[in-house]
Amino acid sequence: MTTSTTDHTNAGRTDVDPTDPSQVNAPDDLDTTSTDPASAGLEPGTAENLGVDGLRVPVAGAALAAVRSYTETTVPDVSRADRVRSTDPDDFAVPTGREEEWRFTPLHRVRDLFTPAAEGEQAVSVVVRTDDPAVEDVEHAAGEGVARPGDRIAAVAQSTASVRRTVRVPAEHVVAEPIRVDLTGTGGRGAVDLVIDVGAFSSATVLVDHTGDATFAGTVGIRVGDSANVTVVSLQSWDATATHVGQHDAVLGRDSSFRHVAVSLGGDLVRMDVNVEYTGPGASSECFGLYFADAGQHLEHRLFVDHSAPTCTSNVTYKGALQGKDAHTVWIGDVLIRKEAEGINTYELNRNLVLTEGARADSVPNLEIETGQIEGAGHASATGRFDDEQLFYLQARGIRPLQARRLVVLGFFAEILQQIGIESVQDRLLEVVEQRLQDAALLDPTDDDVLGETVPAVPHAVTSEHSTQTTTGNPQEHTS
Amino acid sequence: MTTLEIRDLHVSVTADGEAKEILKGVDLTISSGETHAIMGPNGSGKSTLAYSIAGHPKYTVTSGTVTLDGEDVLAMSVDERARAGLFLAMQYPVEVPGVSVSNFLRTAKTEISGEAPVLRHWVKDLKSAMTGLKMDSDFASRNVNEGFSGGEKKRHEILQMKLLQPKLAILDETDSGLDVDALRVVSEGVNYVKAETGLGVLLITHYTRILRYIKPDFVHVFVDGRVAEEGGPELAERLENEGYDRYVTAGA
Repeated sequence: MTTSTTDHTNAGRTDVDPTDPSQVNAPDDLDTTSTDPASAGLEPGTAENLGVDGLRVPVAGAALAAVRSYTETTVPDVSRADRVRSTDPDDFAVPTGREEEWRFTPLHRVRDLFTPAAEGEQAVSVVVRTDDPAVEDVEHAAGEGVARPGDRIAAVAQSTASVRRTVRVPAEHVVAEPIRVDLTGTGGRGAVDLVIDVGAFSSATVLVDHTGDATFAGTVGIRVGDSANVTVVSLQSWDATATHVGQHDAVLGRDSSFRHVAVSLGGDLVRMDVNVEYTGPGASSECFGLYFADAGQHLEHRLFVDHSAPTCTSNVTYKGALQGKDAHTVWIGDVLIRKEAEGINTYELNRNLVLTEGARADSVPNLEIETGQIEGAGHASATGRFDDEQLFYLQARGIRPLQARRLVVLGFFAEILQQIGIESVQDRLLEVVEQRLQDAALLDPTDDDVLGETVPAVPHAVTSEHSTQTTTGNPQEHTS
Repeated sequence: MTTLEIRDLHVSVTADGEAKEILKGVDLTISSGETHAIMGPNGSGKSTLAYSIAGHPKYTVTSGTVTLDGEDVLAMSVDERARAGLFLAMQYPVEVPGVSVSNFLRTAKTEISGEAPVLRHWVKDLKSAMTGLKMDSDFASRNVNEGFSGGEKKRHEILQMKLLQPKLAILDETDSGLDVDALRVVSEGVNYVKAETGLGVLLITHYTRILRYIKPDFVHVFVDGRVAEEGGPELAERLENEGYDRYVTAGA
């Protein structure tokens, strides 16, 4: 599919012709009654509108052309269904930073990625390792990617990628050991398009491991065949200087099970989109995430679960910790329950633990419901600091402050780590988390229990506007 | 022989920006092998005393001293107090998600004894301590206090006391919320540790019923932040019959 847009030069104007089929460009065959321009009855807008939250949202740009009927209103991006998906970078204007999908990202740190790398520059190598001869590892051509880019960086990456690899598992085959895909940066720009294609009734775990240094943009398309069972673990274990903007799209077949685990510990900036869609009934997805931002680090995870088929389930659980000045994490959890998605059940959860002053966690769950005929839908988001009472309890049993914090943080992450299911990886990640906590303790003199202070040092939390139990637009719980 | 001495202890808490004095000069001496019951009406400062000794940051000691065998307890951090041999069984034990009971207990034991327990012995000790408190074996793999019933939380507190072997334990309303069976099990646990290690016990309670299972040597009646009356076990019987009215009226 393609989502062409019109009139880039006409940015700032909204005189879109609703009769032009090329402009009725919501992805797929969404029932567009809710975006019917005629019913909107709106007058042409001005170049900028005041968003609901007071942000000035420019109407300029192709990304917003898709929501043409709403560009005149105060809601700039009314439905996730209306966002542009396109392989053509020119379908996405270079963002200004005021767009809903970019407003949390420090654009100056990703700006390079809006334009293609120099010809021949490829600073990221890809090695696929598996001991199963039935697993195919082949190159695919441009245009054969499975991911459908949802922003300019992903479109640039996919269209200009110098490495395009497909890992294919045939139908009715169980891959016993995890397939490893090592993406190693050697400094400089890199763009990679991966396809993970698992046939019907098959089962596989794929570990995508990002290490080294790079200014990297990547797309990963995951095809989960009917009744297949697929786990993708993506580790962002970059060096401290790396930049990574990535998009993972999973397309789930009938009765399939899909698990995605994103672990972002390294890099200067990581921004990941994880999108899940369903092509048949009875499929289930679970998306887990773990992130730990240090001083100056920006770690952003954006989830979009598109319930496009009946009787499917989705569960999203992301947990993050932050420490140090200007550590910033962003979690966006969008769930769209389309009209046809009757009988589905969805829940999403984000928890953040702010360990020191000066860190910021943004958390925005969004639930869009187009049918009431569902089993359940809910979300929760909470951001807090160390719990004084937990620390007191542990210390009252003789456990030193640093050790007490370690127990609390590892306990906090435990449920996500357990999902990875690859022991060597879990151990490696545990080590990184422990090292982070040790480093922080060395930097923070209040942690020094030799001082014999009677009050445990409890950092002050700086949390976002969406700090606790945030609900955007829809009720916290919806059950029918 | 261990002695905890509390002298003229004044403690205040800050609420709404105003410091309020809760303890108004407490004197108390507890030695190994002794059981002291502190009884008193709600709001008399019993729990404040317990948490102040343990070092909870919410409570500010404004004057007075607390010493353990001459060492200044008030100068110690919370964890140092525990390692010095003090133990507080809490009225409302705190949940610690993701941390298993066995991991928690082993970590605490390692900190308190200064070295990791020998695994083989540790597993055996843990098992027998749990059996003694009539706790299921799957208990060790559950997360600390998460989803525990009231009775399970209290048993878990006593389990910790059994394994950590403090010199002096403060039991803060350990009897509250327990049915008769659970109360008996918990009390037996306390008596067992006492007999084994010569533990000194400071038993804080609102009701006299736990004193049928754990015999006090001394009873102190707490009213309005200080000890209003002291005596032997017979004082508890009198309270059983008369309640606290006498003290509350006298104090008013």
